Amino acid sequence: MNVDLQRVSVRIAGEYLVRDLSLHVAAGEVVGLVGPNGCGKSTTLGCVYRTLRPAAGAVLLDGEDLRTVSLRHSARQLAALTQDGHVEFDFTVSEVVAMGRLPHQHALGRHDEHDRAICDRALHRVDAAHLARRSYLTLSGGEKQRVQIARALAQQPRVLVLDEPTNHLDVRHQLEMLSLVRRLGITVLMALHDLNLAAAWCHRLYVLDGGHIVASGPPTDVLTPELLTGVFGVRAHIVSHPATGAPQLLFDSPADAVAQPAAAAAQ
Amino acid sequence: MPDAPSRSAPPALPAAAPGAESPQAGTGTVRRLPVAPVIGGLILLLAVSVVVGVALGPVQVPFSHVLSFLGAQIRGGVISAERAGEFQIVWDIRLPRVLLAAVVGAGLATVGVAVQAMVRNALGDPFVLGISSGASVGATSVIVFGAFAWMGLYALSAAAFLGALGAMVLVYLVAATPRGLAPLRLVLTGTAMAYGFSAVTTILIFQAPTGEASRSALFWLLGSLGGVTWGSLPIAVCVVVLGIAHLTLSAGRLNALSMGDQTAMTLGVDAQRLRRELFVVAAATTGVLVAVSGAVGFVGLMMPHLVRMLVGADHRRVMAVTPLAGACFLIWVDIGARMIAAPQELPLGVITAVIGVPCFVALMRRGYTFGGQG
Repeated sequence: MNVDLQRVSVRIAGEYLVRDLSLHVAAGEVVGLVGPNGCGKSTTLGCVYRTLRPAAGAVLLDGEDLRTVSLRHSARQLAALTQDGHVEFDFTVSEVVAMGRLPHQHALGRHDEHDRAICDRALHRVDAAHLARRSYLTLSGGEKQRVQIARALAQQPRVLVLDEPTNHLDVRHQLEMLSLVRRLGITVLMALHDLNLAAAWCHRLYVLDGGHIVASGPPTDVLTPELLTGVFGVRAHIVSHPATGAPQLLFDSPADAVAQPAAAAAQ
Repeated sequence: MPDAPSRSAPPALPAAAPGAESPQAGTGTVRRLPVAPVIGGLILLLAVSVVVGVALGPVQVPFSHVLSFLGAQIRGGVISAERAGEFQIVWDIRLPRVLLAAVVGAGLATVGVAVQAMVRNALGDPFVLGISSGASVGATSVIVFGAFAWMGLYALSAAAFLGALGAMVLVYLVAATPRGLAPLRLVLTGTAMAYGFSAVTTILIFQAPTGEASRSALFWLLGSLGGVTWGSLPIAVCVVVLGIAHLTLSAGRLNALSMGDQTAMTLGVDAQRLRRELFVVAAATTGVLVAVSGAVGFVGLMMPHLVRMLVGADHRRVMAVTPLAGACFLIWVDIGARMIAAPQELPLGVITAVIGVPCFVALMRRGYTFGGQG
């Protein structure tokens, strides 16, 4: 399923958080959104998973304008991992995952065998089947994140939108999370803070700064020393991953970034 | 997620099996009662409670007589002349009172579920919205100054309902922002307004012309089902049934709302609209119930937690059990109110607090977290 943002602008309290932003995610593609804090990543994702309404522009799923369909309808096509942190009430893991079936159920509809099988599969896919009967509140941050992914998968979405899916995860779970996302085979749009993870796991990247897209393309083309200095204000060396060939960044410390050129000039 | 670092599992080895990640696996495993037997048990308990509630009181009526009266009324039968007095006590005084206790208990417990889901806060109850306190202002002005005297018997209920309605509108207007109702704003506004309304109520009571008037106002404030007639029932029943039906049909949406507004919306639930619906249901139900029974505290706060501890947090189960549990609970509270200091009646709020506070402490000491991280 294709995702298109066409000249989307979001204004909150009179200020543009995102302005005239257009992007395209092709079916089956894993696309990353990167940029410094406050650049508009979460705002952009919010327009796609519909917690924010663009002041102008349109978001299309396979050409269908989201403004013209109900929340329930889009929830059957698109699932999201948001930044909602706090869950009130002591749900079990399987109850949390079962909520993913909600957009497919009627108000009095029962959670039947079919739903249960889908939820079990979703928990298996994130390697969390053993947690099913646990209380969600007692899970570690990483386990919670995986359960939320399972909940999103239980929606049987064709598009997955992830806001910082590797937050709170240790390095092994970060890698497992992103390799799972790649293996799903569905369209994925995600915001990532870690540029090395973005470079290793995304087909394409969009770089946001001040609510605008400043660069886009495959990681190798996008992540250049010039862009990193201009957008993130850091100096980095770009090396190729010895095994996968993906671009990986080695950062200079901020002090070096200023001091080195001066030292070089002095010599 | 402030809990994340402290709760993190120790780092697992790369080769670790899935289960090894949670060395404490099992400690967080939740044991829950199956819903059907719980509902069956509660229905049985409710039936028993009604009969006991009708039989007990200053004049004891044998259970067998109560059952034969009820049977006679339902199937059509004859009551012998020497039992006419007993029948009158049972049918005209006790039964409506017991049924209303059940309705008020069911309603308040249900409103508790609604408010806790709406403000996403385990402390939610019908009182945090300030609605009960608004109703108290209305009722106190009737009791103390005889306002709405032209409405006769209904003055108290009408004034309480108008007070609730006024409080609801005020809280809504103050709490609402262009982006909707934010849970925390709603709780803070309701609590602040409640303080304001109780100040007004207190002033009214101090201004009371007679000591008797201020005494009866205080009594009403703590809740009472004395003097209830069949006439009090129909409106309360309708509103409570509608409220329960709405929440039962919304159970899935209430689950989604507990995950946070954003996640709820990605699950196809319009969080703001649901919150407005819950506000109206909670306010209307509270208003009607407070109008007939006074401000009975603690039921709405405690019942949902007790039920969640038994059957879990899934609102489908919670909504199936909570009204029954609330109904049984308040019938027994009312029995206590009649019996403990007979022939004096105690206010319901006193009994709910006497039972509720130790229950609450016991729950907490047993490790129930009330939904938070305890």
